[in-house]
Amino acid sequence: MSSGTLVFAVLVIGVTAMGFLAARWGNANLGSLEEWALGGRRFGTLVSWFLLGGDLYTAYTFIAVPALVYGAGAIGFFAVPYATIAYPIAFVVLSRFWSIAHRRGYVTAADFVRDRFGDRTLEVAVAITGALAALPYIALQLDGMQAVFARIGGAFASSGGYVALGVAFVLLAAYTHTSGLRAPALIAFVKDTLIYVTVIAAITIIPAKLGGWAHIFAVSQSTLAARPKPSSIFLGPQQYFAYATWAFGSSLSLFIYPHSITSVLAAKSRGVIRRNAALLPIYSLLLGFLALLGFCAVAAGIVTTNTSSVVPTLIDRFFPSWFAGVAQAAIVIGALVPAAIMAIGSANLFASNVLAGFTQTRGSGKALTAKRLTLAFCAIALVLVLVVPVKYAIYFQLLGGAWMLQIFPAFVFGMYTRWFHPKALLLGWACGMIAATAMAYSTGFTPNIALHLGGTTLVGFLALYALALNVIVAAIGTWLLRGLRVDAGTDMTTEADYA
Amino acid sequence: MSFRGAPNDAPMGKRAWYALLVLPFVGTLFPQIYNRAEPALFGLPFFYWYQLAWVIVTSLLLAVVVFATRRPDDV
Repeated sequence: MSSGTLVFAVLVIGVTAMGFLAARWGNANLGSLEEWALGGRRFGTLVSWFLLGGDLYTAYTFIAVPALVYGAGAIGFFAVPYATIAYPIAFVVLSRFWSIAHRRGYVTAADFVRDRFGDRTLEVAVAITGALAALPYIALQLDGMQAVFARIGGAFASSGGYVALGVAFVLLAAYTHTSGLRAPALIAFVKDTLIYVTVIAAITIIPAKLGGWAHIFAVSQSTLAARPKPSSIFLGPQQYFAYATWAFGSSLSLFIYPHSITSVLAAKSRGVIRRNAALLPIYSLLLGFLALLGFCAVAAGIVTTNTSSVVPTLIDRFFPSWFAGVAQAAIVIGALVPAAIMAIGSANLFASNVLAGFTQTRGSGKALTAKRLTLAFCAIALVLVLVVPVKYAIYFQLLGGAWMLQIFPAFVFGMYTRWFHPKALLLGWACGMIAATAMAYSTGFTPNIALHLGGTTLVGFLALYALALNVIVAAIGTWLLRGLRVDAGTDMTTEADYA
Repeated sequence: MSFRGAPNDAPMGKRAWYALLVLPFVGTLFPQIYNRAEPALFGLPFFYWYQLAWVIVTSLLLAVVVFATRRPDDV
């Protein structure tokens, strides 16, 4: 066993133990949904910072962003403005959501939609959208783990890493079932520390060894231009709109994913959310540096069609074996944390909003359902990884992002106005979902679509176009339904709940 | 993303601070203003360090707004 494999094994086994021990954190009754799924809503600024950072910046993000920069040049850097403007949005929207959720005991976004609009179908639509969008995301985390297992060698690599993946998955499901959100919250400390150490080491050592940034960018520019499908270290003018709409559309959906909501609601106060909106961009800086590693890979002469391997290949090439072990562990643990939270978030949605119905069955019954559903979601995600080629998981994830955005009018607009009619929101949602799916299918699951408006053609992010359609339909529908005096449902919330 | 005026129940005088949060959108969503090589910093083309700088500026702007619009119950 190499030193790298040993370091890797110790770290991964260590966090698994932490996952089980997390059940004892805070001496809680884990039979209650709020204790199991939201850590009792007791996390302070520091715990929430690690938890949200560990949750939003997944192993998939850390692999996919440099891979996109490596493969497509400047356009891949859209992740940086995306991860910048997401925070002003989070600051405004999520502090308001935290307040009302705390006041009325919500565990999911769909809980709010049910209370606000009094419409069962809309509640179920919001819940199912979230759970569907989270599934491929979990699958991609597992897929990233399998790739590392296959690479690290030794016992981990037997049967292409699938045996280790199976074991890791069973353990993940088991400690999530036992400890709930406390497990990823505790493990996030290790995950983020490892990620920071790895990225800071990589970004100081690799560029120096490659002859500095000026040289890296010069080599990247000529290499990218000479590829069969040329790209550049700068955007072409025809890419401006796509770049901006990718960043904007992605930033709108980041915080409405179930795993984001779960972590946000675990905070103990509104102040924790507000402070974290200012503190979390530190992770975006890290993401930016990682994106630049994509150019380091180009300049280092790494040539591969499997772009996901560029960061692991760079680490292997420039660092000693033991440090590569740390980096590989960072990726695996970086996948475990969000996978657990995504499974919990999806399970909450199903237990609270799809199965529970209108009757307020709070307490242990719901917690038990959510725990079992967590196992089910992990199992479905594993099956997805084993059965569906990874290409399709990525397509599905892209589509999931576009779907996620379709709950924006009901959930986010709904926090500011009750003007929209619930049936109109439902119709808008349905149109948005269908449009997003049709556009994604027609482009062969690439994120862009050309919109012809008058004499100009705007090539932009299809999720945002689907959202625009959704909002237009919801607005026109509301105007019609209100004109016809169709019952608009009962609003259970009061102005004071939002403070 | 504030609809119907400013968020929550901050007093009018304090709401003006939220306007600062528009700046990151203006600064980052128009690539035509920063899609160039010069001036470079530590060898990084302007396109790259400018956007990384906005991460830090946004964090600082948020810190200012968090502080300026704080309520007595924000612990």
